[in-house]
Amino acid sequence: MIRLAALSLRNRAGTAALTVLAIAVSVMMLLGVDKVRTAARDSFASTIAGTDLIVGARSGSLNLLLYSVFRIGNATNNVRWASVQDLAQRPEVAWTVPLSLGDSHFGFRVLGTTPGYFEHYRYRNGRPLVFQRGAPFADLFDAVIGADVARTLGYRLGDPLVIAHGLAAAPGAQHADKPFRVAGVLAKTGTPADRTVHVSLEAITAIHVDWQGGARIPGLTTPADAVRAMDLTPRDVTAVLVGLQSRLAAFRLQRWVNEYAPEPLTAILPGVALQELWGLVGTAETALAAVSVLAVLTAVLGMVAMVLATLGERRREMAILRSVGAHASVVFGLMLTEAAVLTALGALLGTASLYLALFALQPLIDARFGLFLPLTPPTPREVALLAGVVIGGTVAGLLPALRAYRLSLADGMTVRT
Amino acid sequence: MTGAVLLQDVHFAWRRGGFALTVPHLAIATGERVLLVGPSGAGKSTLLGLIGGVLPASRGTVQVLGQDLASLSARARDRFRGEHAGIVFQQFNLLPYASVLDNVLLPLRFAPQRRARAGGRHGSAAEARRLLSALALDGGLETARAATLSVGQQQRVAAARALIGSPEIILADEPTSALDQDRQRGFLALLFAEAARAGTTVIVVSHAPALAPQFDRVLDLRQVLAAPAQAA
Repeated sequence: MIRLAALSLRNRAGTAALTVLAIAVSVMMLLGVDKVRTAARDSFASTIAGTDLIVGARSGSLNLLLYSVFRIGNATNNVRWASVQDLAQRPEVAWTVPLSLGDSHFGFRVLGTTPGYFEHYRYRNGRPLVFQRGAPFADLFDAVIGADVARTLGYRLGDPLVIAHGLAAAPGAQHADKPFRVAGVLAKTGTPADRTVHVSLEAITAIHVDWQGGARIPGLTTPADAVRAMDLTPRDVTAVLVGLQSRLAAFRLQRWVNEYAPEPLTAILPGVALQELWGLVGTAETALAAVSVLAVLTAVLGMVAMVLATLGERRREMAILRSVGAHASVVFGLMLTEAAVLTALGALLGTASLYLALFALQPLIDARFGLFLPLTPPTPREVALLAGVVIGGTVAGLLPALRAYRLSLADGMTVRT
Repeated sequence: MTGAVLLQDVHFAWRRGGFALTVPHLAIATGERVLLVGPSGAGKSTLLGLIGGVLPASRGTVQVLGQDLASLSARARDRFRGEHAGIVFQQFNLLPYASVLDNVLLPLRFAPQRRARAGGRHGSAAEARRLLSALALDGGLETARAATLSVGQQQRVAAARALIGSPEIILADEPTSALDQDRQRGFLALLFAEAARAGTTVIVVSHAPALAPQFDRVLDLRQVLAAPAQAA
């Protein structure tokens, strides 16, 4: 019987193949969207890793996360250097990396920090920043640029760059008197580090020697060499990344920061804040998932329409089966099996194509978008999705099967046309 | 001894109105070759449906091989038909995508007793080949797709399918009307020759009385079916 069903299906190979293809494409989309959104969520959640606390001036946790990690928006206030030193001396603290933001270079944010940044900043399962070329800053006016900065502006090692004061490059608000030199280029990470120009904390102080309240003091230009001789300890920073001796101390230190008397500060746990932020931006992925579910639904409906459309020409086939002693339930079973087989083939083909595409495009997507799509076997969730598709297709197959059953009962052995 | 078929006071009406028929009495003996002649629309196919157990009588008794069909469930009637009856239609008897051999062997899938009589799983193919050659079909045809055969060949394959496993009854609905005159006689001769080997009863319905000389008995359907009333 199975052989006959297969022969019957092969007889309609053209339409059947198209139906299977439609299901395969939709399944590929469904699983692909799921893989991408899982990867996107993971990559987002691991934008910053290895950092136990982020400390900034008192504000909302999302705001602090946005400006310190994603370089979006501005700090309402700064953290005094004395507070940074207090924090660094706490027994729970293993390391601190101060961040100083506020300037830009052709739309890319400039981040003043310490060499410890390159050592302690981690992303995606604890990966460190890797230097594609060059090294961390050695000289006061050395800059380390992210992968996107290097690609967009075409910078190479040793190229000079001038930092603009503030975020919008107004003419004249350039730190043109103190040009930097590209000392290092970071490999692509898929994090905001790609779009950042890193300089030393002292350099940020140095370029602002002649500035006050966001404007250049008229007539005052301290030469770059004279600046080197000055005390460049910053007066304040924007935020501080904190690593702890033990993560267990995170809540204790967070409390200490939040109750810090000399100035109002906020400490956040980056993982928690990232989750919170994903809750806000994650709505788009839900919409995407909904669209891919609709695509599967469309494909399954197409399959049902195809099976229904063939019923007319298959009434003879059913009458013949009835005449040789088959009950109408055999006809029912044949139809249902056909729907199930078509959907299962589609699901199989779709999954295989997806993995093939992942295998082929994975390095490209990682390099281009910093989105790492792991080539892992289907997760239980994906297996459940696939099973859902096949079950859904089979259930949808009930429609033509029931119709065939009724026709077959009514027709008996004779076909009325 | 009970005959092959006995209909007594049978009444049948299509559920959705329209056609209805009544058979006061029809008895067909075992091994008999009967031609039922009637114009189209007289109820020929309905009568075969009643005997074949596809259509349940709303009143009266339909006995086939001594078995009262009304006492069987729909599923059991299907199985009974598969075991004991071979059926030939006017045309389009075959699954077009399957081979000639698959088509001939098809009823055996639903009828284990017939399969056993045909020689079991392994012997049945040989029996199918024997029938095909007895019905003057070239041996090279058995692997051909049924759709590639001529109408005359298809009807003979259908006859082989009806005969395989020696069912007690052959029911044929206008089996020759798709054939030209010369071939009609030849077809029936081959069918009867094979049916006679197993003592099979052959019941043919047709609108064409020209076939009459080859049968043991010819019945006018209009006399068999008393008052085939058109329901209101």
